[in-house]
Amino acid sequence: MASHAADAHGGHAPTSSGKYIQIAVILFTLTALEVLLYELCYGSLKGAGMATALSPWFVELLLGLSALKFWFVAMFYMHLKQDIKILSWVFAFSLVIAVVVIVALFILFAYTRGLFWAGVPW
Amino acid sequence: MSSATLAHDEAHEGHHTSLPIDNRKLAIWTFIGSECLFFATLISTFLIYKDNHPKGPGPKEIFEVGLVTAGTAVLLFSSFFVVMALNGAQEGNRKKMLGWLAATIFCGLFFLGMQVYEFNHFYHEGLGYTTNLFGTSFYTLTGFHGTHVAIGTLWLITVFKDAVKGNLPPAKALNLELAALYWHFVDVVWIIIFPVVYLMSLRS
Amino acid sequence: MATTALEHTHVAKRSTLVEWLTTVDHKKIGILYGASAFLFFLIGGIEALIIRAQLARPDSTLVSPEFYNQLFTMHGTTMIFLGVMPLSAMFFNFFIPLLIGARDVAFPRLNAMSLWVFMLGGLFMNASFLLNAAPNGGWFGYAPLSSRQYSPGLNMDFWVIGLQILGIASLAAGVNFFTTILNMRARGMTLMRMPMFVWTTLITQILVLLSFPAITVALIMLMADRTYGSSFFSIGGGGDPMLWQHLFWVFGHPEVYILILPAFGIISEILPVFSRKPLFGYSAMVFSSAFIAFLGFGVWSHHMFSTGMGPLADTFFSLATMLIAIPTGVKIFNWIGTLWGGSLQFKTPMLFALGFIAMFIIGGLSGVMHSVAPADLQQTDTYFVVAHFHYVLFGGSIFALTAGAYYWWPKMFGTMLSETIGKWHFWLMLAGFNLTFFPMHFAGLLGMPRRIYAYPAGLGFEMFNVMATAGAFLLAFSILVFMYNMWVSARRGVPAPADPWGGATLEWTIPSPPQEWNFTDEPVVAERDPVWGMKRAAGVRTLPEPTRSSGQGIHLPGPSWWPLVVSVGILIFFIGFMVKKSWAFPFGPITIAGFLLTAIGIFKWAYEAPDANAPKH
Repeated sequence: MASHAADAHGGHAPTSSGKYIQIAVILFTLTALEVLLYELCYGSLKGAGMATALSPWFVELLLGLSALKFWFVAMFYMHLKQDIKILSWVFAFSLVIAVVVIVALFILFAYTRGLFWAGVPW
Repeated sequence: MSSATLAHDEAHEGHHTSLPIDNRKLAIWTFIGSECLFFATLISTFLIYKDNHPKGPGPKEIFEVGLVTAGTAVLLFSSFFVVMALNGAQEGNRKKMLGWLAATIFCGLFFLGMQVYEFNHFYHEGLGYTTNLFGTSFYTLTGFHGTHVAIGTLWLITVFKDAVKGNLPPAKALNLELAALYWHFVDVVWIIIFPVVYLMSLRS
Repeated sequence: MATTALEHTHVAKRSTLVEWLTTVDHKKIGILYGASAFLFFLIGGIEALIIRAQLARPDSTLVSPEFYNQLFTMHGTTMIFLGVMPLSAMFFNFFIPLLIGARDVAFPRLNAMSLWVFMLGGLFMNASFLLNAAPNGGWFGYAPLSSRQYSPGLNMDFWVIGLQILGIASLAAGVNFFTTILNMRARGMTLMRMPMFVWTTLITQILVLLSFPAITVALIMLMADRTYGSSFFSIGGGGDPMLWQHLFWVFGHPEVYILILPAFGIISEILPVFSRKPLFGYSAMVFSSAFIAFLGFGVWSHHMFSTGMGPLADTFFSLATMLIAIPTGVKIFNWIGTLWGGSLQFKTPMLFALGFIAMFIIGGLSGVMHSVAPADLQQTDTYFVVAHFHYVLFGGSIFALTAGAYYWWPKMFGTMLSETIGKWHFWLMLAGFNLTFFPMHFAGLLGMPRRIYAYPAGLGFEMFNVMATAGAFLLAFSILVFMYNMWVSARRGVPAPADPWGGATLEWTIPSPPQEWNFTDEPVVAERDPVWGMKRAAGVRTLPEPTRSSGQGIHLPGPSWWPLVVSVGILIFFIGFMVKKSWAFPFGPITIAGFLLTAIGIFKWAYEAPDANAPKH
């Protein structure tokens, strides 16, 4: 019964507090980078330093940073890395469908409005 | 027996499960998977309508990066706090569990307060729910996120109450883990909302 | 009955009504789903008969246009959400635990909640008829017709709120059955040893979990438009009605797979038993079901070929839809492969299963015709589409569910349905069904539009409509025959043994009807079709009749009022949104009262131990 209880809790050794603090620092840093990126490209630091190099990639970099944060929270705080694979599959599959829906809707509407492909004759 | 604690599926305690996992943990992840689609639909709608503000303020007039960044930080810290609380619960360290859990709840309440402030501020800046579609889709998306934060906070308070009464021993740490998973998900949704809704809308 | 005497030895007698209202027994819940679903099915059928009566003659004035709109809206909504889905749920509930060798589902009280939410939602939606305000904007509620501006009455509020409530029931059941199937299988039952019905149920739940949120959000947005005056879908406020169509069909297409996959599973159970041969190509069946589900998320705009999405979108969705025909075809060939060389027993379940294959093929063929976007421009919004979806939904889902009813009735109720009456039922239903819907292909191609309350004479529609109406009444008569069969069986049916058909799966090893705990000893499984394996090992045709045990030492969850309380709370909460109000004060007293009742119910539920009210064994 006791071993079942341990299994029910994932059967893995609890992560150390130190590791959690490390992840917290990473998350905070990534957030700071997101804000820095925004400020460089469109905000109060506009034009400074690497702004010209980074600006065309604003969206991609931003989404990349937030994806990284997402990954860290999911893997370490939500314990997906140590838990049984099925949980990761459940989450990953849902995310894939979610992204498909967002991208598809965006394309369908952007197309209709001519936002993306203005002037391109379909 | 144990009527004062969050119910434990005692009928299956000790019974064979096909996967080495408690039913409730699998269930909460399944629910989280479904919620991904819920927020995906709301986010899609926002992306479609975010430039739709022929009258009334648009994002550039009213979004404040500072406030939102603070909200993001608060939620991120709260995720950190709750895993520390969970550690405490699993170790049987009552002080650690209660302290970090209280901190998490405080973060949740703080975030909700910030949202209420933000909504109120926007309203006074001229952005009502029906002023323009940017506003409608913004309020709907962040409003539902806020509702999830509220439910999560309420859940954590309930677990806190049980823990204070001494009803959260290591064997029942799963009760906190389930609430924590929901909480992390709520944080993760905000991790998406922060750049996609706020930062991307502020581009000139 | 002998079972009740044993089971209630140690328990104070409870009134039957309380027993049913507080039950968390998956089998009782299944029966409640089935009974209410069948009643709703009859209501939907009467709606159809009135529609057919109206359309029998050109320029008929049997019903008003307004009432006609209510009829076809409610017919569609009822048959899909209150008919096919809960009939499938009846089988999920009763048989998934039995097929996987479990004593109950993962969350018995959540299961009960799903039932009550469904029942209350269905009753609520139909109550609209009492106010002469039944939903009237089509089962798909297209904007801007469904907006407050063009539907000022309560009709579409009933629709929005009703559907939202039903969605909650489905989502809860989705979590429940997904968890049950993955985590509560008998020892030795690996995923690839599960019966096909369990596989298709699992995949159906995944579809529910991932597609219902889209309509939940769409309904929230439509409700916001109607109640608070937002403009998500109204052009006047800058909104786009097309968004509604997309969101609806992102849900709506997976929904049709939700409607057909359980049927596929039932057929995959029945054909092997009545061919005395294992299912042909089990792995291919599993993977094709999964493939259909996954692809099902990528074809939704084939419902929108006439909305001007542009050639790229049209092409993409056209190709994706054609692609889905492939795994579907694989399944059909595998069913035929199962029959091939088998020792065919033409009992009633088998007749309906064979009927399913034939009818579904016809429906599938017209579906493939729809997938060709340019051709669909002629077919869409005509009776050709009506023919297509009735062939797959009635000829497909309903025939399969009927097959399942005849197959599993003995296990559920302990009596056999009459074979003679069953055969009458089948042939009358087959004839009536085809007479009703086959002519619609021609009416559609000749140009008869959908959803019209009357058509003028001289366009060539008359003959087909007369045939369809005659067929509809024949079909209705066949349903009466079925009801007669059920009545006769309940009254003086032959008692059913545990295994009347020579089954392959675990439900046939326990008494008919099962005892409350299903299996006295938890089964251990060594292979697919475990019961055939047991029979082979013992060298027998039929296993010995199982004895009923006292259930000593078996702990089951006890009954609970809280699922019903929470369901009532949810209903009241949503009703509060029907009244137009200002977004500044978004929640009225009704909503708040509903919320409080729900919250209290949830807390009480959470702190009630699952076996708090269980009889002590």
